[in-house]
Amino acid sequence: MAENLLRGAFPLSTRALAERVGIAPMIAAAVLLLILLAAIFAPLIAPHDPIHQNPVMRLKPPSAEFWLGTDAYGRDLFSRVLYGARVSLIIGIGVTVLAVTLGLAIGLVSGFFRSADAVVMRIMDGLMAMPSVLLAIAIVSLMGASIWTVMAAITIPEIPRVVRLVRSIVLSAREEPYVEAAMSLGTSMPRILWRHLMPNTFAPLTVQATYVCASAILTEAILSFLGAGVSTETPTWGNIMAESRVYFRLMPSLILWPGLALSLCILSINLLGDAARDVLDPRMGKRED
Amino acid sequence: MPVYFLRRVLAAIPVMLVVAVFVFLLLRLTPGDPAAIIAGDMATPDQLDRIRTTLGLNDPLHVQFVHWIGQLMRGDFGTSLISNQPVIHLVGDRMWPTIWIALITITLSVAVAVPMGVMAAWRHGSWIDHLVMTFSVLGFSIPVFVIGYLLIMVFAIDLKLLPVQGYIAPTKDFAGFLQRAILPAVTLSSIYIALIARMTRASLLDVLGEDYVRTARAKGLTEGRVLFRHALRNAAVPVMTVIGTGFALLISGVVVTESVFNIPGLGRLTVDSIFARDYPVIQALILLTAGIYVFVNLLIDLSYSFLDPRIRY
Repeated sequence: MAENLLRGAFPLSTRALAERVGIAPMIAAAVLLLILLAAIFAPLIAPHDPIHQNPVMRLKPPSAEFWLGTDAYGRDLFSRVLYGARVSLIIGIGVTVLAVTLGLAIGLVSGFFRSADAVVMRIMDGLMAMPSVLLAIAIVSLMGASIWTVMAAITIPEIPRVVRLVRSIVLSAREEPYVEAAMSLGTSMPRILWRHLMPNTFAPLTVQATYVCASAILTEAILSFLGAGVSTETPTWGNIMAESRVYFRLMPSLILWPGLALSLCILSINLLGDAARDVLDPRMGKRED
Repeated sequence: MPVYFLRRVLAAIPVMLVVAVFVFLLLRLTPGDPAAIIAGDMATPDQLDRIRTTLGLNDPLHVQFVHWIGQLMRGDFGTSLISNQPVIHLVGDRMWPTIWIALITITLSVAVAVPMGVMAAWRHGSWIDHLVMTFSVLGFSIPVFVIGYLLIMVFAIDLKLLPVQGYIAPTKDFAGFLQRAILPAVTLSSIYIALIARMTRASLLDVLGEDYVRTARAKGLTEGRVLFRHALRNAAVPVMTVIGTGFALLISGVVVTESVFNIPGLGRLTVDSIFARDYPVIQALILLTAGIYVFVNLLIDLSYSFLDPRIRY
């Protein structure tokens, strides 16, 4: 069933896709694949141990041995940026899965049951009113910083956006004749939600998921940069930039390379999201294009 | 209109209540002793007791909550655990740099983004359009602190046009203030400009095909007048909405930007309080920012009927 649904949501072949969305999303997908491979195979590609300190070699310019130079502790910047991709992708994917799953469940219930709706939506409004970065740093500082608390702290502010989207789709879909028909046939509530309402959300959720992912990677980098993210022993793009702030005038490349990796990653995800929206939601695509 | 006004104001109350409950529970539901979390590993039993008493942690939860809300209502946001100053004074001291930079940012964003969006929609599909859309995607994707450092590198270090970091109050030295505020404001506005330009373009494209736009052109009005007076006014509601929701991005951006540019504003206060585990200050700041967000969006909601007379409540 899932396969059919997916095919319904993505009706185009690769070639037709390229013609329809243009070259930019294709490049974006390639860049993202590259970052993904770099993250997975970091131990094989990295020329040096990313946390090995070598005080003699501190703040060295790029060379054959250290491709992007070394940081203030003599660690190889290239290896660190490579490993940094891991945390960003784990957080990006983890938060997206969590926020979309939870948001979908809450949104379905909230959109379908009037009684739950008012309360749930007030809670979501409240969550949305708190700036996500502030909320996330507050949660991390209280719970202690680990990759799991960071993931949870970033997920919580992302949930309301998913809930709102799912709820609005359910609200309009529940008035459709096929839902009424299913109800009059005595179909059980969970089955109506699962079989008849949920598939409507797949296409818009795919688009939304890319934006959640981009925003999660950005928030993680901000948390690390402010020193409220995963432990500074772990190389993350935000951590590398935070440690290099003092040496910015001396060696701007220490901030620029992780910054470039981070920007490219987020840019690629956003471009893919825009392409997905153009393909999956022709009405919006026409208006925005 | 007055009825709607009242309803809309009343609707903000449950939202703020949810924020208050959340902020309240954040500390209390954290596993472990909240006093120990705040005080850190090196705390003496005396210090722990003092924290418990100041935060009222010895009372049952609901008593604590009612007590705390009562204090908030009286304008008492608690006392900093670090400096022993009332939180409201701390916020009062630190808010001006943030307010000034936020004001410049918003003015700059609207002044740049709206014409950008209008141009893109007007020359739909042309190179101007592509340029605006490219800029918009970049603005979304490049994190504020990366933009901040790029700007510092180019304008402060390489070209030596502006100071690298710091802040001077505009009342003290207006030129010095401007020199130091321009880079943070440009940094902060990057994402805001991207957001507003994109929405202006989309929203204008929607109305450019309408009959009244054709009529306005047929009357022989200049293109500028058609675009800004007739089309943009009708496209203004979604643009205002996105200015409101984007305000959350602005608040998050402030925290990072003040850190990059070393500005002693509310953003820095937030980061400092979080590292010092100064919980009363963190609580107050989350409440305050949420309050500002709700208030701004309330104002924007209420502005719809002025912007678009077709909207009546």
